[in-house]
Amino acid sequence: MTIAPAQTAPEIVGRSPWRIAWRRLRRDRIALGGGVVVVLLVLVSAAAPLIVALLGHPPNEFHQDRIDSSLQIPTGRFGGMSGDFLFGLEPVNGRDLFSRIVYGSRVSLVIAFLATGLSVLIGTVLGVVSGYFGGWIDAVVSRLMDVFLAFPLLLFAIALAGVIPDRGFGLRGNGLRIAVLVFIIGFFSWPYIGRIVRGQTLSLREREFVDAARSLGAGHARIIVTELLPNLVAPVLVYATLLIPTNILFEAALSFLGVGIRAPTPSWGAMLSDATHFYQIAPHFMLFPGLAIFVTVLAFNLFGDGLRDALDPRLKG
Amino acid sequence: MRRKGLLAAGIALALVTSGCGAVDPADGTDSVANGGVGKVHNPSDTKGGTLRMANSGDWYSLDPGDTYYGYSWDFVRFYGRALVMFDTQPGEAGTKLVPDLAETLGVPSDGAKTWTYKLKAGVKFEDGTPVTSKDVKYAVERSLDKKTFPSGPTYFGDVLDTQGYTSPYQDSDPEKLGLKAIETPDERTVVFKLKVPFSAFDYLAMQPATIPVPRAKDTGTKYKEHPVSTGPYKFETNELGKRFTLVRNDNWSAANDPHRKALPDRIEVSLNVSADDIDARLLSGDLDIDVANTGVQAATQGKVLADPAQKKYTDSAALPRLWYTHLSTSVAPFDNIHCRKAVLLAADHDSYLRAYGGDAGGEIATSIMPPQVPGAPKNDPYSFKAKKNGDVEAAKKELAECGKPGGFETNMSYRTERPKEKALAEAMQQSLGKVGIKLTLKGYPQGDYFKLYAGKPDFVKQEGLGLLAGGWQADWVDGFGFLQQIVDSRVIRATGGNNNLGVALPKVDALLDQALLETDTAKRNDLWGQIDRTVMDEALILPGVWAKVLLYRPAHLKNIYVNEGLGGYYDFVQIGVK
Repeated sequence: MTIAPAQTAPEIVGRSPWRIAWRRLRRDRIALGGGVVVVLLVLVSAAAPLIVALLGHPPNEFHQDRIDSSLQIPTGRFGGMSGDFLFGLEPVNGRDLFSRIVYGSRVSLVIAFLATGLSVLIGTVLGVVSGYFGGWIDAVVSRLMDVFLAFPLLLFAIALAGVIPDRGFGLRGNGLRIAVLVFIIGFFSWPYIGRIVRGQTLSLREREFVDAARSLGAGHARIIVTELLPNLVAPVLVYATLLIPTNILFEAALSFLGVGIRAPTPSWGAMLSDATHFYQIAPHFMLFPGLAIFVTVLAFNLFGDGLRDALDPRLKG
Repeated sequence: MRRKGLLAAGIALALVTSGCGAVDPADGTDSVANGGVGKVHNPSDTKGGTLRMANSGDWYSLDPGDTYYGYSWDFVRFYGRALVMFDTQPGEAGTKLVPDLAETLGVPSDGAKTWTYKLKAGVKFEDGTPVTSKDVKYAVERSLDKKTFPSGPTYFGDVLDTQGYTSPYQDSDPEKLGLKAIETPDERTVVFKLKVPFSAFDYLAMQPATIPVPRAKDTGTKYKEHPVSTGPYKFETNELGKRFTLVRNDNWSAANDPHRKALPDRIEVSLNVSADDIDARLLSGDLDIDVANTGVQAATQGKVLADPAQKKYTDSAALPRLWYTHLSTSVAPFDNIHCRKAVLLAADHDSYLRAYGGDAGGEIATSIMPPQVPGAPKNDPYSFKAKKNGDVEAAKKELAECGKPGGFETNMSYRTERPKEKALAEAMQQSLGKVGIKLTLKGYPQGDYFKLYAGKPDFVKQEGLGLLAGGWQADWVDGFGFLQQIVDSRVIRATGGNNNLGVALPKVDALLDQALLETDTAKRNDLWGQIDRTVMDEALILPGVWAKVLLYRPAHLKNIYVNEGLGGYYDFVQIGVK
């Protein structure tokens, strides 16, 4: 008779908060789906030249031989969609819509990510400082946030983007335009992050571990960096994820209004704007950039919501 | 689509024109039936019925002294007779002026500084009062009052020797006829005295400002509610901003008016009807004419051109409008004629046309003046039509001669709000790229395009805008109207607001002065052609598209055609509905 091996009690594994969050996130299929789409989008925009070389044509190349000269729309069904032109062609000049959508993702994502990064940086720094020190510093920063939130951002952005010179700050052309757009969008959306961070800091600084650190003689800088910031990563991450789609929409709006990226660089918003003149006779031209914006924004929002639920279940609605 | 001011005689005159000659892009086509272009469609002399018209906006003004829209200049002939008019004929004949209220065209004297017109006998106002020379003088006088009538053209104020006269409403003369520049030696003679020679004065006499206005019935700004008719119809009702109706004028006589058929018994005009609604009603036959003549909407265009049953009711009417690109000599290397020629040769003219609507938007332009303008060269010095996708070889040769065999970099300006202009800029970037000319596109707001950007010489130089996209439409089909504002160097103002984007050639200026003195129409038209050729030889302008507009005429309309003199409008006064 053999003795059954003694059952070993399952080892108790310490689970970090991140691990717990990851487990929660994994169970949230909708959020996971959003996350997968986000990753795919990032890959697509990074590999745009490769994808276009395999499946499309150069994004600015004209194919007017495939456009009906009196109707101005592509010959062939569904806007000229075929194996050669997956999403069909642009009316008038016959550029490959697929290639332009793929390249358009670069502009949208680059501007949205960089602008979000900028607002996270400014928002976190000012939010922590304001929440931690309180007093007149808090008063000043809070009023500053009110001012920025009350600012007619769209009008200001249109005016500023309309007068961007051709070169400056060592950049030129679209490089400079992207930099300026990132600055405008990032600089004016930091209060959204700033308010969250300030609120969190206000409650954190009264907690025992902060008192403990202080009684051990830690300075302000040390408390902020080692005690407060690690506890702020989760909310900042959540709101940054939710700020990205807002910024994508903002960039699209500016391009739609003609003050975004300079033609002929493809941008989803500018494509939508061009498409408005043809939507009745060439609906595919409006459909694809519209879908691209819709899917991207939805994916980021779903992922962001899931992330928030995972990191802070108390907020789960 | 407002007619824009041009005129003002070249020499010492300060130009009062504002804004640009360019107008919104319109659509039209070549591959259409064109039953009403160059010939009368469904000729008829049957009277009766009601002509139903609609305008997508308000009527700017029905007052003949205060109106500047092309459609209004067409329509006003229903209720007013100017001294002369464009002949009511299809094709080229329509670009010729014929006397209307006057017995003959103007008789010049004193080196084209004095113009005399003798009125026809027996012309009456709608109340039966005979029209006299004083009514014509009074009408022109009141049109000079830009405070009361701000919307009309300023031509008369620019060329007449007004000696400071501003308005009959502030006139000490008991008859309110104090203007010395117009004399009325007898009941039927009107004499205009100009401060500069102006050989094309008949084109001014064609304008609605010379339609007689009886002083006793003049109500100033309220006159537009009921202008007193001299034409075949008079106002029956007029609800401003909504609709108005015209009925036959019993005091009009066909005997002294050979140029108006006046077939319908009644004319009804609805205002502020949505453009989509107008198209739908035209297609269903519930409406006869879209007054504004801006052509059918893009969606309707796609619908009617794709359907052969509908397509036969379309006309592609030529407008006196050119879409073009200016080459700035102030921006290197365009100071070198070979680099300019390289651009003209490398440009893809088919892409240019497609940017402005393809076959529906016009035809490839080969010179500045469209072919319907008398005197247009109608030649193709750079073989644009034969090499419609550009002549890369010839362009490279010119580049080599320019000392830039590998090409160069430059900028092109366009109006951000205009998708067609943006499409053009992108097309230029593509086609010039083939010969190594690298184009950076710069969009500017259209509101200030001429005032602060493309029309401001130092801005163009400072920003290095080598190529400037633009367009120009003349007020009427004539060499002076078409060329003077865009090629006379003396109208360029350093402060901006220029329509002439930088054509400054002494030879052209001299030819313009010569033309203004030339009262022989054929010789004058020849001079316009020479000016056109000179500018083309210097490669200062890349002509792109001679614009057309796509019109739709319901099946039941009779005696309808496009009048080329009026600038691509259906000749309203000839249309019949029975």
